[in-house]
Amino acid sequence: MKQPPESNVHLVDHGFMEARAKLLDIAAFLDRLERHDQADDYRVRAFFEGLNLLDEPGADRAAKVLLALSDPSEEPIAEAHTKGAAGAFSPEVET
Amino acid sequence: MVSRTTDDYQRMALAGCVAINEPAFWAGYDRSNEQGFYDYFSLLTGFEPQRAATFGIKHFSWMCINPKEAEDVGLADAVLALIPEFLQKPTVLGIGEIGLNKNSRNELVVLEKHIQLAADHDQLILVHTPHLEDKLKGTRLIVDALKNHSAIRPERVIIDHVEEHTVRVVKDAGMWAGMTLYPESKLTANRAIDIIEMYGTENIWMNSACDWGISDPLAVPKAALEMRRRGHSETQVHKVFYENPAAFMGQCPKFVL
Ligand SMILES: [Zn+2]
Repeated sequence: MKQPPESNVHLVDHGFMEARAKLLDIAAFLDRLERHDQADDYRVRAFFEGLNLLDEPGADRAAKVLLALSDPSEEPIAEAHTKGAAGAFSPEVET
Repeated sequence: MVSRTTDDYQRMALAGCVAINEPAFWAGYDRSNEQGFYDYFSLLTGFEPQRAATFGIKHFSWMCINPKEAEDVGLADAVLALIPEFLQKPTVLGIGEIGLNKNSRNELVVLEKHIQLAADHDQLILVHTPHLEDKLKGTRLIVDALKNHSAIRPERVIIDHVEEHTVRVVKDAGMWAGMTLYPESKLTANRAIDIIEMYGTENIWMNSACDWGISDPLAVPKAALEMRRRGHSETQVHKVFYENPAAFMGQCPKFVL
């Protein structure tokens, strides 16, 4: 199923600096929430759940993080009261 | 592209774009009655093809009441009644973007009505899947609704906005997968290319989000550039960005480049 590119691009050279910058943005984001005492939020808890998945090998981290942030229910909801989505799921919070 | 300026058409032409397909979607506000949709459909089938033609770009569109405005089934019925007239227009390729937004019962009812309309008029189908936490559940509900209709052929359906956790659901159902590129917030070019590497180049395309959020009509050519930078062959790039969309939309005889 996999179709690796024909030429040999060094993907660490290609993507490291961008990923490093994003890592630091995440670190600073979490620091900021802590400094302002706003880390107690269902979205932040889901975020940490996603972060913990990054350590697991298997080349399916992105899919696993997305699953961790998804509504796990299967039945349609009774009625839509909003249009937007929050990016993380909580059974108590309507988004 | 009703949410964009004419400059965007010019920039897309400069980047090598030969055709645009624009689904009927949310207008940034809820329309108060079906007449608002009639005017919108007239814009999509009249002014927009003219505006695109100024830059040598072919403009095609899809008709529906989008899922964000589908909670009111009465309004949806009134809009559905307008659509057959527009299916006769020379640039309309099918029904879309239908689907779900918050995965509500009424959205699902309206989705099923659109699927029936597509079946009755033998139309291609373009599907919007919900965003973020709602996507996985919505994609499954949509694929089930399509599979449950005996007249719908999966190869005539494209399920858009797939990501890493939904692409398999779509591919396993035999449907086409669309990957919508966003400058922030959702799928990026690099992740879309990863999906191509994992799932292959068959029955998949990329499109640029060109909506009311921060979006970039040049996301598609930028992704093609990125695919080349990552060492993919020109043959593969051409397949994903030209041959595949042409093959899917070419199932409608009105799609001529
Ligand atoms: Zn959409």
